[in-house]
Amino acid sequence: MFKRANLPAEASIFAVFVGIAVLFEILGWFVVGKSFLGNVQRLEIIILQVCIFGIIAVGVTQVIITSGIDLSGGAVLALSAMVAASFAQSADAFAPIFPQFLGLPIIIPIVVGLSVGAACGWINGAITAYTGIPSFIATLGMLVTARAVAVIYTEGQPIYSLSDSFTAIGSGAWPVLIFFIVAVIFHLLLKHTVYGKHTYAIGSNERAARVAGINVRRHKIMVYTIAGSLSGLAGVVMCSRATIAQSGMGTMYELDAISAVVIGGTSLFGGRGRITGTVIGVCILGVITSGFTFLRIDFYYQEIVKGMIIVGAVMLDQRRQAQRRLRA
Amino acid sequence: MNNQDDIILRTENLTKRYGGVHALEEANFTLKKGEHVAIVGDNGAGKSTFVRQITGVEQPSSGDIFFEGQRVEFNSPLEAREAGIESVFQDLALCNDLDVPSNLFLGREELLFKFGPFSILDEKKMMQKAKEVLERTAIKIPNLSNHVGDMSGGQRQCVAISRSASFASKLIIMDEPTAALGVQETTQVENIIRGLKEQGVPLILISHNLRQVFNLVDKIWVFRRGRIVGEVIAAETDGNEIVSMITGMQDGVHEKASYI
Repeated sequence: MFKRANLPAEASIFAVFVGIAVLFEILGWFVVGKSFLGNVQRLEIIILQVCIFGIIAVGVTQVIITSGIDLSGGAVLALSAMVAASFAQSADAFAPIFPQFLGLPIIIPIVVGLSVGAACGWINGAITAYTGIPSFIATLGMLVTARAVAVIYTEGQPIYSLSDSFTAIGSGAWPVLIFFIVAVIFHLLLKHTVYGKHTYAIGSNERAARVAGINVRRHKIMVYTIAGSLSGLAGVVMCSRATIAQSGMGTMYELDAISAVVIGGTSLFGGRGRITGTVIGVCILGVITSGFTFLRIDFYYQEIVKGMIIVGAVMLDQRRQAQRRLRA
Repeated sequence: MNNQDDIILRTENLTKRYGGVHALEEANFTLKKGEHVAIVGDNGAGKSTFVRQITGVEQPSSGDIFFEGQRVEFNSPLEAREAGIESVFQDLALCNDLDVPSNLFLGREELLFKFGPFSILDEKKMMQKAKEVLERTAIKIPNLSNHVGDMSGGQRQCVAISRSASFASKLIIMDEPTAALGVQETTQVENIIRGLKEQGVPLILISHNLRQVFNLVDKIWVFRRGRIVGEVIAAETDGNEIVSMITGMQDGVHEKASYI
């Protein structure tokens, strides 16, 4: 009686993940003469690299389930990081942005960063829900705008001298833990709450959802706001880890996030997808990046392989959808 | 005359114009409690227009709708539904990526713990209730936790009808519920409709299938060119008379015509 029909999809993604890891392990022994997986430090770096865009991917998963898309993740990350960092400078900061706001308790930059992200997400959602403009265009506009605002905010200057308590958020295993907690929370929300049920319903058949009495506009705005907040959180974590905020941070992260979501089995047609798949998708991207670097293969070849995997994942999804239409 | 208390739905001079086109003109319709009626008519006769007015999908140009003795104005399908008018549309309003209980309870979920949009669902209770509802319809759906999109047309239609029927609604409207179904599935849907009759739930059925209409309903309302041209007791008429009324041609012309 369990949802057995859905299990294989996730299992197969996991199998792909294991397969890629093992492939690199074997290639590692032949090409470099070293173990790929047997290096704890490397595994740590993999997971630390992916957890920032992983946080964005958790939000993007939810947007894609409503059959929308969020392209603004990386830019919102940068803007949130800049604004959060400007409130996180230590008391002895050299050339502070706000000389009157130094050495604030760390809760303030965190809340500010999340709020900036939430505001950007709210704008994405409101434009999509009320004007009927495709989310692709609305969030593309946000991508360009938020990045520009991030540059203008400090006239292109990076923000240094972040307080020690703030940079502690990004130290050690904290980013990984934050990613993990975020993933678990939204996995549970999607699975067991009205919020999740309505998110799937809207992506599956928006008209049916409306007829059933769901406030589709309000719900969409909520989903985009959550996605924006998570991009904001990613920004806070990233600048605290780097101990610096720059307007160029997180460039192309939105694409990594979307790739992870799609590789993880979430359908771009909406209505289907899960956070667990996205987490595996995030890990797959991490292993590929790290594996190619390990084999000393040029960065641009990595990008070619990533590109092919993304297109392949969408093709697979399209075939699944076509088969289901034939059955019905 | 009709006792007012017996009447669940009544329309008075209900009219709908689209620009210069009179899609529905001065329709005076009554439906008694527990009564099953059919609306028949040719394409463009105004059947669907009529239904769209009383389910809140559209608002009439003029005329009044009385539901349970009260004059009502539905500004959206949701308002009609909240008043107790459930409709099963031709193009099923189901979410293909959700399972049966989720579809049955969409928008009115059973909750374990209330906390705004993040209220926790009572999945066990919904599954239990879904089982009970579907048992009553005698439809075999092997696994209720399968996605509705993976089911046959008949099973999906049964889910859609069960949803309307299971919420103690006061009136059910079905627009061509069996148009896309096979023989066996059609029989199953017809059995659900008979079950509603036994439960005393009133029904308006729109169907092109006269055999089905004669099998299922008490009274037939005939629409032609936006007007109601006849109101006949099913037991006191035959296919020829109905076809004559639908087409507006003389009785007898269709004697050899097949209306089945």
